[in-house]
Amino acid sequence: MTKSVYTTRHAPRYTRHPLSDSTCLVQLGDRIDPTVNRRVHALAALIEASPLPGVVETVPAYATLLVHFDPLATDYASVADWVSGLADRAAMDATRAPRRIQVPVRYGGESGPDLGAVAASTGLSPAEVVRIHTGTEYTVYMMGFTPGFPYLGRLDPRLAVPRLETPRTLVKAGTVAIAGEQTGIYPLDSPGGWRLIGRTALRLFDPASETPFLFAPGDLVTFVAEAVDA
Amino acid sequence: MLEVLAADGLVTVQDLGRRGWARFGVPRSGPMDAFALRAANALAGNPPEAAALEIGLGDAVFRPTQDCLIAVTGAGYALSSYVWGFPLWVSLLVRGGWTVRLSKSDGGMWAYLAVAGGIETEPVLGSRSTHLRGGLGERIETGDMIPVGRATLDAQSLAARTVPETIRPAYTQSPLIEVIPGPQTERFTADGMKTFLSGCYGLSPASDRMGYRLDGPQIEHSGSADLPVLAQCVPGRAQIRFRETTVEAAQARWRAMVNGLYTGIVKL
Repeated sequence: MTKSVYTTRHAPRYTRHPLSDSTCLVQLGDRIDPTVNRRVHALAALIEASPLPGVVETVPAYATLLVHFDPLATDYASVADWVSGLADRAAMDATRAPRRIQVPVRYGGESGPDLGAVAASTGLSPAEVVRIHTGTEYTVYMMGFTPGFPYLGRLDPRLAVPRLETPRTLVKAGTVAIAGEQTGIYPLDSPGGWRLIGRTALRLFDPASETPFLFAPGDLVTFVAEAVDA
Repeated sequence: MLEVLAADGLVTVQDLGRRGWARFGVPRSGPMDAFALRAANALAGNPPEAAALEIGLGDAVFRPTQDCLIAVTGAGYALSSYVWGFPLWVSLLVRGGWTVRLSKSDGGMWAYLAVAGGIETEPVLGSRSTHLRGGLGERIETGDMIPVGRATLDAQSLAARTVPETIRPAYTQSPLIEVIPGPQTERFTADGMKTFLSGCYGLSPASDRMGYRLDGPQIEHSGSADLPVLAQCVPGRAQIRFRETTVEAAQARWRAMVNGLYTGIVKL
C-alpha cells in the first residue's frame, strides 16, 4: 500500500496518498478549520523554501495540500518521504505572520443587488449586514473556481445564506459575494451562484502584471465599506 | 507565419501546460494527448516545451507563408498537403504557399501540428497553452495569422523521420485503462470495486476536456501512460474497461513511453 499515516509526539496526524502518477495529496485534517488550514499554508511555504528537484507546484485547499511532481524527473516515494519530513515541521511553522489586505467595497445598489434580499432573509437591516461583513478578518483558505477567486472564511453564521438555485450567467469582475459560511470576490466576469452584496474596484487578476494576483492562499483579508447604496 | 484558411472545429495553441499558478486557481491546461504533442515537437526538431496547434472536432486548413518543416501526430485525422496525402507521425517539408489540410476521420479525436521553430504566440503566465474558460488565450479562427519561431536546426536532415508505430500509444476505442487506487477507495465495497474493474463503460457525449462522464460507478485516478489513449476515445462510441495498477508501475510505464519516443524516432 502506498497510503500511510504518520503520528509524532508534537505534530498532528497527516496522511499521504497518490492521486495520480504525478501527484501526492497530503491530508492534514478533514474539516474547515483555521488551524488545519494554517498548517496547509505553512507546509506549502516550507516546500517553496526548500524545493525538491522535480516538484513542480503545490495546491492548498481547506485541509489538504496537493503536491504536483514531474514523473519523468522524480517519483512518488521520494516526494512522499520528503513531504513527511516537512509536514512535521509545518505544524510548528504555522504561527508565521500572514499578509494583511484591505478591500474597499461599495455595498448594495447595482454593486450588490442581493444585499436587500440577504438582509430580508437573515432578519437584519442592510446596514447590519454590512457591519457584520466588515467586522471579521477573513483567511484566504484557498483559491479556485476561476483564476484569482479567493475562498474566504469564516463568514459570521448570522449571514449564512444558501447559493442561488439558478446561478447568474454573468457576475461582474470585482463583485463581493457570500454563500454558506464563505465569502469571496469574483476576479473575472463569469457565471456565479453566490449572493452578490457589493463590489470592489481592486483588480484581483491581471495576467500582464509582474504580480498577477492580488491575493495568495493564507492571506488575511478585511472589507472596508466605502458606501452603502439603497 | 501560418495562415489559417479554415478552422471548422476547435483549434487551440497548446504546450506542456501552465505550471506554478494552480494555487491561484489557474488550471494547468495543455494538450489532451500529451504524448502526441511531445512526438510532434520531437519530429519537428523542437524542444518538448514548444507550443503546437491542437486540432479537434472538425477539419482545419493552414498555409505556411514560408518553406517549413512540420509534423502532424495524434489520431482521428488524415493529412494532405498540396496534392498529396501523408501519414501522421512523420516529419515533412512543405513549401511556402502549400496548403496543409487536416480532415476528420475515424479512430480518434485530436491531432497536433508542430512547426519547426514552434508556435510563438504571446505566453500568458509563462505558457502558451489556451484555457478558454479562464480567458487565457483564444481559439484559433479562420483568417488568423499564427506566428512561428525561427527554426534553428537543419530542416532537410530532420525531414522524413517517423515515430514507429510500436512506440506510439496503442489507440483504440475499446481500451483497458490502468487505475491507481485513490484515497477514497475504501469507501467502495469490495464488490463495488470488482464491478468497477470488470465492467465495461461507455464514454458519454456529455464529456469535455475537464472531465469524462461514463455510464457507471465513479471512476478512479488514472496514470499518464493511458491518458493519450483515453484522450483519443470518441464520446458516444468508445467502450472502456479498467485494470488496477500501482503508482510505481504507472510512472514506470509513462517514463518508458516518453524515453522510448526520444530514442525511437527513425528515418523513413
